[in-house]
Amino acid sequence: MAQLPKNLQALQEEIEGHARAYGLDFFPVIFELLDYRGLNQVAAFGGFPTRYPHWRFGMEYEYLTKSYAYGLSKIYEMVINNDPCYAYLLECNAEVDQKLVMAHVYAHCDFFKNNLAFSKTNRKMMDDMANHATRIRRYMDKCGVETVENFIDVCLSLENLIDPHSPFIVRERPKTDEEPARPVVRRLKSKSYMNDFINPPEYVEAHRKKLEEEAHRKKRFPEDPVRDVLKFLIDHSPLENWQRDILSIVREEAYYYAPQASSKIMNEGWATYWHSKLMTEKVLKDSEVIDYADHHSGTLGGRTGRLNPYKLGVELYRNIEERWNKGRFGKEFDDCEDLVERNRWDRKLGQGRDKIFEVRRHCTDVTFIDNYLTEDFCHEHKLFIYDFNPKTGMYQITDRDFRKVKQRLLFQLTNFGQPFIDVVDGNYRNKGELLLKHKYERIELKHDYARETLRNIQRIWQRPVNIETVVDEKVRRVTFNGEEFEEKDISDKVA
Amino acid sequence: MILRIEQDHNRFKQIVRGRIKKDLKKYISSGELIGRKGKDLISIPLPQINIPQFIYGQKQTGGVGQGDGAVGTVLGAGEAEGDGKGQAGNAPGAHILEVDISLDELAEMLGEELELPEIKPRGRKNIMSTKDRYTGISRYGPESLRHFKRTYKETLKRTISTGTYRPDAPILIPIRQDKRFRSWKSAVMPQANAAILYMMDVSGSMGEEQKEIVRIESFWIDTWLRHHYKGVEIRYIIHDAEAREVDRDTFYHTRESGGTVISAAYKLCARIMETEYPPDEWNIYALHFSDGDNWSQGDTEECITLLKEKMLPRVNLFCYGQVESPYGTGQFLVDLKETYADDERVALSKIENKDGIYQSIKDFLGRGR
Repeated sequence: MAQLPKNLQALQEEIEGHARAYGLDFFPVIFELLDYRGLNQVAAFGGFPTRYPHWRFGMEYEYLTKSYAYGLSKIYEMVINNDPCYAYLLECNAEVDQKLVMAHVYAHCDFFKNNLAFSKTNRKMMDDMANHATRIRRYMDKCGVETVENFIDVCLSLENLIDPHSPFIVRERPKTDEEPARPVVRRLKSKSYMNDFINPPEYVEAHRKKLEEEAHRKKRFPEDPVRDVLKFLIDHSPLENWQRDILSIVREEAYYYAPQASSKIMNEGWATYWHSKLMTEKVLKDSEVIDYADHHSGTLGGRTGRLNPYKLGVELYRNIEERWNKGRFGKEFDDCEDLVERNRWDRKLGQGRDKIFEVRRHCTDVTFIDNYLTEDFCHEHKLFIYDFNPKTGMYQITDRDFRKVKQRLLFQLTNFGQPFIDVVDGNYRNKGELLLKHKYERIELKHDYARETLRNIQRIWQRPVNIETVVDEKVRRVTFNGEEFEEKDISDKVA
Repeated sequence: MILRIEQDHNRFKQIVRGRIKKDLKKYISSGELIGRKGKDLISIPLPQINIPQFIYGQKQTGGVGQGDGAVGTVLGAGEAEGDGKGQAGNAPGAHILEVDISLDELAEMLGEELELPEIKPRGRKNIMSTKDRYTGISRYGPESLRHFKRTYKETLKRTISTGTYRPDAPILIPIRQDKRFRSWKSAVMPQANAAILYMMDVSGSMGEEQKEIVRIESFWIDTWLRHHYKGVEIRYIIHDAEAREVDRDTFYHTRESGGTVISAAYKLCARIMETEYPPDEWNIYALHFSDGDNWSQGDTEECITLLKEKMLPRVNLFCYGQVESPYGTGQFLVDLKETYADDERVALSKIENKDGIYQSIKDFLGRGR
């Protein structure tokens, strides 16, 4: 590993010192200096120096290289969640940019280390990614590149079928070897001639049925719907060992990346908040102000109508800081309806800094927005919702109402804007078929993709697979049996 | 330094290439692929290879945005994916990839995909022509061909090596031995010429979709023939009840109404062939697209006579493509089939829709003529 040049080393020490003084708490950070090809490679590999061979990384690389070559975009900064944190600097950047990137990176590291969503992530992912690569290369040697790559393609098709919350859920099911007692309907004591009145036969019968159903439900497989479809497939599909291993690798990497997706706004907002603080209060030289301002506004800019996570994030943090500094929260403030009073409201609490540190520890994007996006903020920052208008073929602004904006935002963030898919039956029709269910949220699946994905699941499950979803506002079951698709509307009503 | 990613990158590019081959049929039909740029390059905006997943249908999802604008303000067209930041995920957006392929490569792919035989231009039509190319440097030549830079360099070398060069007064005077001249080589080249005569029915029954089909199909035929011949001349004839020669643009965009008298076009075509393209110098291709709804049976007979007497003896290949339209009866194809089913100079094809283009190109070019 090449050492950083002297001037950058000095910068790193300086910035690290300032960051620590502000209370940021991070893993050790190792900066590496790369040329744009190297940086593009790392970026294409999702931040890592080595990944298993797959064309998808090449595709990303092609995109990055071309857009860099044509001056469309440039990667400033890249940092990975690992202990120690690795971060990359672009060799040809000016010193002021390097400063900005370093400041930005330290805040990211602080976020990785302290945010709860990241608490279960693998902090030695750098090593594990390399191990994954070695393992997959070995399988390629053994089974052939094409075979393995095709299987990876299949796995990637299911990559999003994980349960991001599962690392935090501990489910314990006491396992008993005992045969469960046969359900018996309890009867009230009665004289024999009163029996038919006190325990009416139809009631007894109905109750017996209910109990039996209950018992039957317990025999279902899986007992409860499983969100982590990948795990279910790993555990129960008739795969070869190498296939099982690859599927596990894909799943593990998906879980590693999941918190980054679920805290994008917070993470970028946090980093932006701190780079701006560090730069403007400590690090910046007079001669660098213009360049800094230019690049900083570049990160926060964006076309009208597009929500920029950096911008939304940093503005929310600042808003929270101000509210807690001035005590603009709680019942008293919420109940105050006098606008003048509200605008003047300042209890001089000075709790802002502590508050944002607390927020960065406990929240993910969903809770961040849910707890701290206020009506005032929404108006001040001109948030709106837009929709596709089929009549004009255009996206149009549809509303500026606070509640709707927030609701939409939350909906989009929930489950990363991915549909909810559960395994509901692993022995469907008692024929070992797989039944998935799409939890319908008034948005339908992209149908052709869904069919192709189903085809891929079938390759893993190897028995017919079904998904219950909604197509054209009707509940439909799509089946793929390995050769052909069958689609059947099973109900007109959408639950 | 060779990067680790190169392996993946190459693999991706191979897949993309392979994709073009495999999905050529689809591309031809969609008509998205074609765009001529510069001299002989086309740029193909290639979508990414998208691995299918369970995802939401895009058009149904809106998003949250930030900025000015009243309710109803248009933000952008539907195709541009409206990902506000709902996509807080790490899912990459739709990237657009530009792949540049030369028309020659494209023609090769077309050939491979459709298993087309190479065209062998007929021997007697190969005119040998000599062409001069300035490729070399010579010590002798006329002053008009003097190579200034080389001569200057030689002079410089000489003066420096003899010690007469004075940096303070760098005046160089070339002498006879310093002078260098451009020289040429005469190359003898076989020259194969082809003339393509397109005829299209533009009567009222030919709609936009039918023309689109003709456009796409003729693009591929052009590409293929250009791949095989050095000089290709293309003429365009449109006809309804009357026929006239037009330029390329008009050919594709005219919409007339009126009846269909096919013989008018054949007459004009035969006249152009007779006057301008003697068959011993040209490989002639005549292609006719219509919906097959001729005015009268009598006219059809006249067409067949024209074909037999004036056109077929001259052409390498006569192609008739019948584009399905809701109005045409399609009788013309049936009539031609009766007479020419076995004639190898005649290729007949029925194009039902865009997907039919694939088969039709095969029909037309599959004979290696």
